[in-house]
Amino acid sequence: MSVVHPSPTGLQPILKPQAHHAPGNFFTKYIFSTDHKIIAIQFLFTTLLMLIVGGALALAVRWQLAFPWESMPIVGPWLFSAEAGQISPEFYTMLFTMHATVMIFLVIIPILAGTFGNLLIPLMIGADDMAFPKLNMLSYWFIWPAIICFGMSFAYAGGPAAGWTAYPVLADLAQAAPGSGTAQTLWLLGVTFVGFSSMMGSINYMTTIINMRAPGMTFFRLPLTIWGLFITAILQAFALPVLTAGGFMQVTDRLLGTCFFYPSGLIINNADPTIGGGQPLLWQHLFWFYSHPAVYIMLLPVMGMISDMLSCMVRKPIFGYRPMIFSMSAIASLGFIVWGHHMFTSGMNPAVGMAFMVATMMIALPSAVKTFNWTATVWGGKVEFNTVTLNCIGFLSMFVVGGLSGIFMAAIPVDVYFHDTYFIVAHFHYVLFGATLFGVFAGIQFWFPKMFGRMMNEKLGKTHFLLTFIGANGTFFPMHFLGMQGMPRRYADPYLHGYLEHLLPMNQFMTISAILMGSAQILLFINIFYSMFFGPKAGRNPWNATTLEWTAPSPPPHGNFDEPPIIFHGPNEYAVHNGDKDFLLQTEKECEPPKPSDSETENNTDNDQETSS
Amino acid sequence: MGKGWCLFFLFWPVAAVVSCAMAPMVGWSFPYDNAQAASNLGIRIDGLFYLILLVTAVVFVGTQAVLVYALWRGSNNRDERATYTHGNHKLELIWSIIPGVILLFLALYQMNLWADFRIKKYFPEAAVKAPIAEVTARQFEWRFRYPAIGKKLQPKPQADDLYSVNELHVPFGKPVMIQLRSEDVQHSFFLPALRIKQDALPGLQIPVWFEANKEGVYDLVCAELCGWGHYKMKAHVIVESEADYQNYLKNLTQQQFYDGLGKIAANENDSESEATEK
Repeated sequence: MSVVHPSPTGLQPILKPQAHHAPGNFFTKYIFSTDHKIIAIQFLFTTLLMLIVGGALALAVRWQLAFPWESMPIVGPWLFSAEAGQISPEFYTMLFTMHATVMIFLVIIPILAGTFGNLLIPLMIGADDMAFPKLNMLSYWFIWPAIICFGMSFAYAGGPAAGWTAYPVLADLAQAAPGSGTAQTLWLLGVTFVGFSSMMGSINYMTTIINMRAPGMTFFRLPLTIWGLFITAILQAFALPVLTAGGFMQVTDRLLGTCFFYPSGLIINNADPTIGGGQPLLWQHLFWFYSHPAVYIMLLPVMGMISDMLSCMVRKPIFGYRPMIFSMSAIASLGFIVWGHHMFTSGMNPAVGMAFMVATMMIALPSAVKTFNWTATVWGGKVEFNTVTLNCIGFLSMFVVGGLSGIFMAAIPVDVYFHDTYFIVAHFHYVLFGATLFGVFAGIQFWFPKMFGRMMNEKLGKTHFLLTFIGANGTFFPMHFLGMQGMPRRYADPYLHGYLEHLLPMNQFMTISAILMGSAQILLFINIFYSMFFGPKAGRNPWNATTLEWTAPSPPPHGNFDEPPIIFHGPNEYAVHNGDKDFLLQTEKECEPPKPSDSETENNTDNDQETSS
Repeated sequence: MGKGWCLFFLFWPVAAVVSCAMAPMVGWSFPYDNAQAASNLGIRIDGLFYLILLVTAVVFVGTQAVLVYALWRGSNNRDERATYTHGNHKLELIWSIIPGVILLFLALYQMNLWADFRIKKYFPEAAVKAPIAEVTARQFEWRFRYPAIGKKLQPKPQADDLYSVNELHVPFGKPVMIQLRSEDVQHSFFLPALRIKQDALPGLQIPVWFEANKEGVYDLVCAELCGWGHYKMKAHVIVESEADYQNYLKNLTQQQFYDGLGKIAANENDSESEATEK
């Protein structure tokens, strides 16, 4: 491993990973492992488990909206026999709070940064592990205190009931509502633990990507997946401390009476908290300063992964590699100055709203550029409709809907009407479920051979995609109409209000779609666990892909590569003449790829422009 | 099979467009009378909404059509290799500049509307001078405090103020302003028919103005999570003619200050005793 290779760019990895010995026994190999691939798999299984929990919570929410105050089938009588299996309004607030918490903090962020970040970063940049393997292991193990905190909050304290946004005063004073007591403190603690985990991950990723790239792997030769993860890590590192600080302030408010977030003179449950002087708006600024960038933390890695997978599936280089990077950077930097669009109706100075509005409008631009680039990548490609392609296209079409409905949100006067209605719920489910999870499904299918050395089942995968896509659209698209009709979020029983009475059938339709979508995930789990043991064995490069991870054995051994790789060109060299292959691995230098000419328009479908050797 | 998937992906945008087009006909659109807002400002907001809807619909249909067409062609592609291209600088410029201009236009276009809506300098003067009521949100009801007939709303409660719960009366055809506050946690004053929404923040008093342009009874709901009873903050805003409104205030005065002997108890002299009773 100590062979020094000549580097075409003179670039050498600055930081060698700490020499860590190959794992000995079962315990160090599979449980407290410092190997990034094992940690990725640990993250994968943990987040999939949490996906079941979050999905079950969502189905319970949908049950209440479709059949309000009716006994929940199967689990109802068992969970709350006192209420004859009914969901109480207190329990309902806990349900949607925990659904959001679990999905955001325990599924989407860790599955992207944790699973794919861990698996792909060292493999794609040609390192033999992360810069800080032990920190990496800790970042996984810090998920568990969070899960325990959330679980205790749920099981022993009645569950937090202030929404995942934890707006004061509801979340800040123990007597504000059932669920604002110990449950809320435990919830804040859980979020802080997740924050620790993310922070350790992001420091590790930044260090690894900056310092441990293989010789020749310049920044503009990094696969877009790595760019997505890199920018995400930067976002995390800068935004997360603000949430952590805010969380601590809320904890001291609750436990020590510091009153950062509540003013004096409140009358809650006929009890006057004697001191005050705080301001609930402060929390909203701190919270959204993290949580708006967090939206991109939940999206940018997928954007990167989709770029690489789509490019491989249509056998074409990604259209506009650099514009893709610049648009990701633009999304990230604009992402820091648009948090105020969550607060257009909050009582913040309305003049400030205008600045936030312009910035928010502009963030649609890089997203549009990316969409056009992906579409142009498909144009003129060779498309094979396998599971990965389908999920990529699913991502693309859902992302377009979610992105376009974001423009309504950015327009303040329209947002005032839509704020806190189901239109918002539609928007972020299209982005976070529709886009992110389809990207994740594609990613699991695509990198499964690298994780386990076996292929996943295509038929199961396609059926899973089909049912999920139908279910997702059936669940989330009608939410736009609910929002148009003014149905607010977080209502246990919207039909109490005259103007919403007629929405019951629409909600029932959505619930049926949600049940379909939820059941479809069983196929995913069957597919994963079956293929792990019985799937056909995969070679090193089952997709004929170009990036570095496919030069390593499947699954890669401890230390990843047979010998340290050297990189000669960019990541998506498809459609080239390389013997009888149409792709060029990043480590191959035999074939000079044809020079792309500016006159070459996207209309060229014929291969008459090939100028290669 | 590829063609089947292309049709599958074609189906969804078509379904989306069709369902959006028929939404107003089947009552899936904005609430109340034929989806028309009950305030002039609301109508302008709807106008902005439909403008954005038009723009996004064109983009949506366009991108989906191109995507499905590209997939269709791609699945037919029997060539040995796909097209080799790394991108096109001109195209990148075109599809950055055009959406950029459209977005900037949308951003600037709505500035006036927002200013009229929320920036206090642009509020109608008459409304600012005489707020008609103070609205206090609390778990889980709305409380309204009107000034006595002929008087102005004072920041602090007065002895002769009129009170009601979950029923706000306002005259139509003229701009009115309320002072919004919260007594406990955060709430949000949401009048869907008038397209009005404003959070009630503990510790702040936030002016909100609106002008209803037709009579009616409109639902007033809470749009910000305020605890387990969030969904049941049920109130109505009754928009009526000026005469009916004055009548209502008179009745309210009579009810509130009726001393059991058929007299009206409240006047300037004995207002002190009323105040202590409260």
